[in-house]
Amino acid sequence: MTKPEESATTGADLLVKALIDEEVEVVFGYPGGAVLPIYDSLFKQNRLRHILVRHEQAAVHAAEGYARSTGKVGVVLVTSGPGATNAVTGLTDALMDSIPIVCLTGQVPTHLIGNDAFQEADTTGITRPCTKHNYLVKSVSDLARSVHEAFYVARSGRPGPVVIDLPKDVLMNKHEYVPPPKVAVTHKSYRPQIKPDPKKIEQAVEMMAAAKRPVFYAGGGVINSGPKASKLLTQLVHLTGFPVTNTLMGLGAFPASDKQFLGMLGMHGTYEANLAMHGCDVMINIGARFDDRITGNLSKFSPGSKKIHADIDPSSINKNVHVDLAIVGDATAVLEEMIKLWKARQPKVDQKALKAWWAEIETWRARNCLAYKPNKQVIKPQYALERLYHHIKDKDHYITTEVGQHQMWAAQFLKFEQPNRWMTSGGLGTMGYGFPAALGVQIAHPEALVIDVAGEASILMNIQELSTAAQYRLPVKIFVLNNHYMGMVRQWQELLHGGRYSESYSESLPDFVKVAEAFGAKGLRCEDPAKLDDTIKEMIDLKHPVIVDVIVDEKENCFPMIPSGAAHNEMLLGPEDRQSTTVSEEGMVLV
Amino acid sequence: MSKDTIVAHTISVLVANEPGILARVVGLFSGRGYNIESLTVAETNAKESQSRITIVTKGTPMIIEQIKAQLDRLVPVYRVRDLTVEGPHIERELALVKVKGVGEKRVEALRLADVFRAKVIDAKSDSFVFEVTGNTDKVQTFIGLMEALGLVDVVRTGIVAMSRGGEAL
Ligand SMILES: Cc1cc2nc3c(=O)[nH]c(=O)nc-3n(C[C@H](O)[C@H](O)[C@H](O)COP(=O)(O)OP(=O)(O)OC[C@H]3O[C@@H](n4cnc5c(N)ncnc54)[C@H](O)[C@@H]3O)c2cc1C
Ligand SMILES: Cc1ncc(C[n+]2csc(CCOP(=O)(O)OP(=O)(O)O)c2C)c(N)n1
Ligand SMILES: [Mg+2]
Repeated sequence: MTKPEESATTGADLLVKALIDEEVEVVFGYPGGAVLPIYDSLFKQNRLRHILVRHEQAAVHAAEGYARSTGKVGVVLVTSGPGATNAVTGLTDALMDSIPIVCLTGQVPTHLIGNDAFQEADTTGITRPCTKHNYLVKSVSDLARSVHEAFYVARSGRPGPVVIDLPKDVLMNKHEYVPPPKVAVTHKSYRPQIKPDPKKIEQAVEMMAAAKRPVFYAGGGVINSGPKASKLLTQLVHLTGFPVTNTLMGLGAFPASDKQFLGMLGMHGTYEANLAMHGCDVMINIGARFDDRITGNLSKFSPGSKKIHADIDPSSINKNVHVDLAIVGDATAVLEEMIKLWKARQPKVDQKALKAWWAEIETWRARNCLAYKPNKQVIKPQYALERLYHHIKDKDHYITTEVGQHQMWAAQFLKFEQPNRWMTSGGLGTMGYGFPAALGVQIAHPEALVIDVAGEASILMNIQELSTAAQYRLPVKIFVLNNHYMGMVRQWQELLHGGRYSESYSESLPDFVKVAEAFGAKGLRCEDPAKLDDTIKEMIDLKHPVIVDVIVDEKENCFPMIPSGAAHNEMLLGPEDRQSTTVSEEGMVLV
Repeated sequence: MSKDTIVAHTISVLVANEPGILARVVGLFSGRGYNIESLTVAETNAKESQSRITIVTKGTPMIIEQIKAQLDRLVPVYRVRDLTVEGPHIERELALVKVKGVGEKRVEALRLADVFRAKVIDAKSDSFVFEVTGNTDKVQTFIGLMEALGLVDVVRTGIVAMSRGGEAL
């Protein structure tokens, strides 16, 4: 607690104090001239732990992994100019995936701003479109208040990244500390709506009760809302007996092993999830944003359904898909109210219709859409993930991924029973996300098994972080599904560009085992399906950072797949389907 | 009205008057590909440090709804009101219109200015600057008429708007 008579301190010391008062434990950062006063303040204390990354992009991804796996705000500290611009990809990633981050950037002294000073960049200008909000602190008297406000904005409502740009003179000037407000802040202009309108809940329950072919479609918003929301979702799904599907960002919001779970939906989602979405008569969306990876062709998306959408951000509602009932509010509050009312009303659901709906779903499920052709000579990527899951499922584990086919296979073949265990770059699709994110997760959960499921191309985008892993003895496992291709690119070229594999071959790859060793980590390689189990066990037992180079089938494609511009009921289930569907010109322009 | 009909809406936004707020609003429109037909901004409450932005934009009903939701989620935005849907409102803009000419044309310009209740705010022997206020139609028409009479320059404020009746925003 600060006593008023306490003498004034420098901006940098105030900042550190404010971070401690915001219950920050870890800062991911990289120093430079403009932030030296902050590094000096960090040096003089031992409450805040600083993790030195090797690239500022990695600092943000590490903070994202930390945030997503704990529900806390991730904190980043970078210098002005290149430090800030390097952080931009991470900030954009956090914005797209609604991850709470506070990023402190150094800035040239106020009197030099605008002069093209050394390492000056217009950081607030550059980051305005890729943050939830940003601040340029022009006076030390505003510093502590800005920090407290930034944390509030980052974590409340729809979470997101917030930048605080700190000119060097502000860090060196002195002022009295302002502690965080004791009561929950009510911001003068920013007031996210948490409690849903009871009338809307009533309407929703009525629509659900009258449904004959309902489906829950739950997304990252349930994870954002905190672990309680996942419990409530599970409760409501059980109470109603309805099927449920999760988005890529929502995996873990409902236990994957539960019979009512249809798996992930969308472009690489399961047959049963997508057909249930296509054929349902009532869709209950909780915290998902009708992303284009989900909807496919908008004009053919779930044509016969009444749609309910509960979201904390009104701008997510009616953005892509027009819904019949919009509920603005926090997922926890929405689910709580729905459960309360459902229990009070005990509605008579048309059990016969629901049974028939489940029977139909079971026929789709029986197609076993994730099946692949096993092979004794070469490791199938799906097989590698099945074996990985077998060995980790009873251990306290967290999964992160890079971006590509391996990411989709991980989403399909690893099962998530709890929220906050799955960290992936969904919205921006940032190659290079997974490894630094895994470091952030490991920092937050030192005893847990943390695995980055990677592609050989993606892992090279932040491979320098092996040095960070070594320095802090973070025993993160990098499980590389090495197909010698930018597999996802190769797959699109095969399906859409006549098999012209332009620049998608992973040429001149390093020897990953030697790379690991050079950084003081361990390297393993496996090419033989028969030896895979032993390799995975060895990886798990090693108390070091490990790269496992799993050489997999180069030509395997990720199915099911809904080609761009197609509808849910036009999905490709496997290589045999390829010729039967041609992608429309309209679809070709889509990403 | 069909869901694809493009309509113009006048939106009033109450914001905290802080650095970068206009850039946030304008960046939102350009970044998301929305139209700005007209935009005006000025501080309207110095004590609370609040500004009022009036934006005229065009889009389908779904886009208009998106624009409002996107504006509302900016942290320094207090309130967003769609004057076009929230009942009767008044719109005004002001233009300064410079006309150069002598003889018949000069007399005619002055006569028309009188009809439009435009004020002469600068006069030289061969030029006038008129100040005309009104809704966009009126301002447009006046400028149109001046074209034939030696129009050399125009500046317009863009639209400011307010709901009718005794309620604040
Ligand atoms: C190669 C690749 C392929 C992909 N393929 C697929 C695919 O097949 N299937 C798939 O699902 N995704 C896929 N994605 C991911 C996709 O791009 C999107 O990131 C993802 O679908 C979005 O998930 P979401 O709808 O749950 O929304 P999120 O991005 O998680 O957004 C959360 C939503 O919840 C709201 N919200 C936030 N907090 C709360 C709260 N407390 N209460 C209520 N609401 C809240 C937010 O406002 C937002 O609308 C793929 C990504 C990549 C890179
Ligand atoms: C930073 C970045 N650049 C480019 C892309 C486009 N992209 C998506 S997947 C992919 C290939 C990934 O290859 P790899 O990591 O080997 O994974 P695989 O698909 O082979 O499993 C590329 C280039 C991207 N998502 N991110
Ligand atoms: Mg690859």
